[in-house]
Amino acid sequence: MFTETPHVRRKQRQEAAAQWIFCGMTASMIVPLMLIVGYLIVKAWPSLNLGFLIDVPVRGMTAGGIWPALVGTIYLVVLSLAVAAPVGVLAAVYLNEYARDNWFNRIINLAVINLAGVPSIVHALFGLGAFVYAARFGLSIISASLTLAIMTLPVIIASTREALASVPRSFREACWNVGATRWQTVKSVVLPNSISGILTGIILQVSRAAGETAPIMFTGAVFYKAVQKGDLFPYGLRDQCMALSMHLFTLSTQVPNVKESVQFATAVVLVGSVLFVNATAIVVRGYLRSRKKW
Amino acid sequence: MNTHPTSSAVTEGLAVRGARRPVWVVLGERALEVVIYLCGISAIIFVLSIFFFVFKEAVPILRDPHFHLSQFLFSDQWYPTSEVNKRYGVLAMIAGTVSVTTLAILIAVPFGLGAAIYLSEFCGGRVKETLKVIIELLAAIPSVVWGFIGLTVMSRLIVKYTGAAVGVNVLNGGIILALMCLPIIVSIGEDALKAVPDSYREAGVALGATRWQLIRHVLLPAAKTGLLAAVLLGVGRGVGETMAVLMATGHAVQIPHSLLDPVRTLTANIAAELGEAPANSAHYQVLFLIGVLLFVMTFVVNLTADLIVRGIRSK
Repeated sequence: MFTETPHVRRKQRQEAAAQWIFCGMTASMIVPLMLIVGYLIVKAWPSLNLGFLIDVPVRGMTAGGIWPALVGTIYLVVLSLAVAAPVGVLAAVYLNEYARDNWFNRIINLAVINLAGVPSIVHALFGLGAFVYAARFGLSIISASLTLAIMTLPVIIASTREALASVPRSFREACWNVGATRWQTVKSVVLPNSISGILTGIILQVSRAAGETAPIMFTGAVFYKAVQKGDLFPYGLRDQCMALSMHLFTLSTQVPNVKESVQFATAVVLVGSVLFVNATAIVVRGYLRSRKKW
Repeated sequence: MNTHPTSSAVTEGLAVRGARRPVWVVLGERALEVVIYLCGISAIIFVLSIFFFVFKEAVPILRDPHFHLSQFLFSDQWYPTSEVNKRYGVLAMIAGTVSVTTLAILIAVPFGLGAAIYLSEFCGGRVKETLKVIIELLAAIPSVVWGFIGLTVMSRLIVKYTGAAVGVNVLNGGIILALMCLPIIVSIGEDALKAVPDSYREAGVALGATRWQLIRHVLLPAAKTGLLAAVLLGVGRGVGETMAVLMATGHAVQIPHSLLDPVRTLTANIAAELGEAPANSAHYQVLFLIGVLLFVMTFVVNLTADLIVRGIRSK
């Protein structure tokens, strides 16, 4: 019969202690987050309603809604992804389907990784130097979207590559063996089988583009712009625009006497939309992964 | 890598059987492949052009006889708009960046690695999936929102519990930055632990080791380079972070002496002053020079982290 020696008991205590400590560490990361999000919502509650979304800011931005900022963010996100998504996907196609494993390819990989690590404020400097001045786009939605596009590009490349790499090699070989060229294989076998993964990767970048502030601050976003309430197309491409992230920064640091609930409601709308988009993408990804047959 | 078997036998065989495609289709495909190639090398083009454009704007100040690079790096005198004696020393901001990032890493590393160990060794199945989703969502919170949290929630807590005069300081920025670095440390750290072969764990368990002993004596040593890479990527994120530190660290250009001193980081300095500096003035050029400095710093950190990760994968 096996009896517990003090040594065994000590080991068991150690085991339990380790489990609790690591569990506690994980919890201490997540619990404050929940508390903070809860606090934001409670503080924002008085201002959170549909009117807040479609109203324009009034009384020197101390009250009213966020419509111009909301539309501006949609403009910036759509335009930047319209540029970054095709370039990013094709770049990933090149890296995964065409490139051979040599030094040049390794340099491209290094460039992708370093592009992802460039600080957002350096992207802002680049956007100012390259798009605003050198390309003469001026402070405009175009400049800001292009800056955002370059920022999101490396992550789109990385997520698309992952999606492409998950298509089994045997699929490609089957296609090559019936005489298809590389592009035909990519078009009719690789892309259709990885499109869901590619799309989730792009959707995850929607929230990133929507949340960034520094890159658009000096390339096209402004503190305030007069816009009609509920106007869907208030900006031209060469105009400057308001953006949700920038608006939160402005309300919390630049404008005195803003109603507290307006600040918090802006933060909640920004976090809420970002988390909603991401959660949707994650759920879709999980569903598609579970359906995958290979 | 998936390389196509372009053996001439295959293509010739097709041609012989009359499967030749119209010229415009072939040419169209060629053109498309050129476009794909250009997109493929776009990352290199963009990295080089970021360096080129940021450096180009900073060049005139380097040629200025009144400007000394050593003074730029080693002086804490930052008076860019002084009428009589303009001085551009960024030492105080380097100290700001270093202090905030160090504090953030000191907080984030134990918790991040602890969470990574918990995720990879203690929990499984549904709990693990849920936690990973939460961490992914945590990573998605925009930095301006973190800054807002620092400015409103955290600063009040700090004033209340430490009695500091202002709530926006090194401590505030460090905590906020730690929360922002955590997800990346956890996810890369978990990858590193996952990369340790299961046979190591089995050998440990077979010897009667507890899970704690296994972690302490087997997993941590085996995964240490990967964990180091996770920490380095956290550092890279911390150094480059702009909006959150701009809003949470206060606005004093000074070398901090305590956790409760407000500071200004390199990134925050650019964000705060670029709007006021007239284009092509010396002040504007110096801000771009700070940009070059940041670019080089993060480049080195990320490159090192990448080399470490690559080293592990090739093993």
